[in-house]
Amino acid sequence: MGGWAIAVHGGAGVDPNLPTHRQEEAKQLLARCLNLGISALRTSLSAVDVVELVVRELETDPLFNSGRGSALTENGTVEMEASIMDGPKRRCGAVSGISTVKNPVSLARLVMEKSPHSYLAFSGAEEFARKQGVELVDNEYFITEDNKGMLKLAKEANSIVNLVSIITLTSKDVGTMVRDIYEFDYRIPILGTCSAGAGAIESALQMNGLPISIYAPETVGCVVVDSQGRCAAATSTGGLMNKMMGRIGDSPLIGAGTYACDLCGVSCTGEGEAIIRGTLAREVAAVMEYKGLGLQDAVDFVVKERLDEGKAGIIAVSNKGEVACGFNTTGMFRGSATEDGYMEVGIWDQD
Amino acid sequence: MAHERFRGWASRLALGLLSKPNTPKQQKQVTFEASTLETLKPAIYTTLTETKTQNTPGVYSLTFREMGWAIALHGGAGDIPITLPRERREPREAALRHCLEIGVSALKAKRSPLDVVELVVRELENNPHFNAGRGSVLTNKGTVEMEACIMDGNTKKCGAVSGLSTVVNTISLARLVMEKTPHIYLGFDGAEAFAREQGVETIDENHFITPENVERLNQAKEANRVQIDFTQPIQKDPPEKAPFENGDSQIGTVGCVAVDSEGNLATATSTGGLVNKMVGRIGDTPVIGAGTYANSLCAVSATGRGEAIIRATVARDVAALMEYKGLSLQEAAAYVVEECVPKGNVGLVAVSAAGEVTMPFNTTGMFRACATEDGYSEIGIWPSSMHT
Repeated sequence: MGGWAIAVHGGAGVDPNLPTHRQEEAKQLLARCLNLGISALRTSLSAVDVVELVVRELETDPLFNSGRGSALTENGTVEMEASIMDGPKRRCGAVSGISTVKNPVSLARLVMEKSPHSYLAFSGAEEFARKQGVELVDNEYFITEDNKGMLKLAKEANSIVNLVSIITLTSKDVGTMVRDIYEFDYRIPILGTCSAGAGAIESALQMNGLPISIYAPETVGCVVVDSQGRCAAATSTGGLMNKMMGRIGDSPLIGAGTYACDLCGVSCTGEGEAIIRGTLAREVAAVMEYKGLGLQDAVDFVVKERLDEGKAGIIAVSNKGEVACGFNTTGMFRGSATEDGYMEVGIWDQD
Repeated sequence: MAHERFRGWASRLALGLLSKPNTPKQQKQVTFEASTLETLKPAIYTTLTETKTQNTPGVYSLTFREMGWAIALHGGAGDIPITLPRERREPREAALRHCLEIGVSALKAKRSPLDVVELVVRELENNPHFNAGRGSVLTNKGTVEMEACIMDGNTKKCGAVSGLSTVVNTISLARLVMEKTPHIYLGFDGAEAFAREQGVETIDENHFITPENVERLNQAKEANRVQIDFTQPIQKDPPEKAPFENGDSQIGTVGCVAVDSEGNLATATSTGGLVNKMVGRIGDTPVIGAGTYANSLCAVSATGRGEAIIRATVARDVAALMEYKGLSLQEAAAYVVEECVPKGNVGLVAVSAAGEVTMPFNTTGMFRACATEDGYSEIGIWPSSMHT
């Protein structure tokens, strides 16, 4: 093989009852971003430039949960995070707690290129942005009506909403559910309060039937291998709806939500905590490196074996020009294309 | 020669022999009653001697190595000069010894490894000689921003915090994030707010700032670079390599890993970060898989140049090599330190489920200490003859 390849995602875990017009909207956005990336690859931009470009587009569009259109914290504000990694030399940059920078992924790139560090957060990161002359906007810019509505409903149910995984609640025992935190009131200590947890979960199941569960994407990402075999990956998100202030998820954590090395580029989405615990992105690269698995096998292995009860999706490219994707959620917004003309945009398993 | 329960033993046995331990262990002989030899497999890894006695057919005796608890802790890896004056060396050695004793007592008292690593790291945080808690190095604004991370091997539950400036024991806050929130990682204002909500001990930021660190910051600013946290004043001459390359902290961070005799693993790491770091800079310590990681095979805590450790996903790679390439703890850790991170940038401590311990580093020195149940113990700063 060889040649370039690109994959994008807009989150794993989709409500099976998502209205068709919303599905179409999502697919169109994914296709548009893919085409953007493809055009960029044809002009021989390097992989890391392409992933940044594509994720910028995903952040700017309010459809998915990143940049404008991010999920809201418990205080109704937006706190975004992102990371980017360049396979050759494994350079990386990440930011968290961003509330005034239009494109967090570009700030992450600046951290990688223009600072002595790899990861900046909160006011320090905003200060760095200001010094770098990055365009700053009000937090209001990122907040959409859709998300304000969702936050309200989430608060009413008094739980943190990871709308990805409501569907899977029924299959586990209550104790595990409380611990696994799909629908969870963080004020309740984890141990010994199954009844309270059950209460929260019941309301979660109800939420599943409510309109708010309709459209709940989580995180965007892009992985690219260019025609010179260089891999790169980038991920960006607004995080969990109704999350605690200061909560950091998997997207800015190198090795968890994002990873790229000589062999591959990986971006993950889904349950942040499960992805962190499973160091998912690094895992794909590690089984390729240490077990000699091919790209798709590696992705399948990690999704099957490394997620335990967690729900997530992965997109990946290899330095050989292959592209792969895997998820154990109900659907994942994704698109992929390779130089030999293959192109696909999909949401469900059968796509 | 006691009869022992087969179940718990067998898995530890398999782990122990798979890992090819390096530290000397006692050989023990145990007698089992079993209907057939097959019942006692995974016997491919054991030396089985069939002993038939007169009255009791189906009695077998096995030889195996006894596993036990193990603990290792560090106070930072870096360019620690051999000429370190006594008055700077001795308090740190004493602290390492003290913390080791605390950890060992706790393990002997059957505290869980998670409790043990938290306990030891709290002690290290309270000690002003190490770059964590009190004694943390300062940001470029002269403030303190501490971070910490804790992880439980069996469940892979973890907790991390960053950007704290008033919490007395950051590692305990990380543990609270793990146990009391649905999240893994809280930072900055959100983390401080959580601390207050939980009623953890907080104190004025000045408590953490020591004159030594104010001095270090001044020197770093003079040299106008992010500084290696030496334990002696920096040279005025610029280093050979580019400022960023050589300038990042190579000391700083404290950590502890522990395993009990059942094979339960835990790790904890805590730090003030880099001298003269940008406000908001996060290092490897709270990034799961970089500076801190534990699963059912091993527990790892790394120290050194944060940016390099993140890139190399050091802690995760040690475990991954054990798992996917079947390397022993010592081999995996040595490989990561020697091959995956540029020289002068990393050190780590690690223990395996079988009770082995290893403390490799590719810097001039690393403040470290370890002990295992069979009586082995070590406290050191520079390479000893026992380490590669």
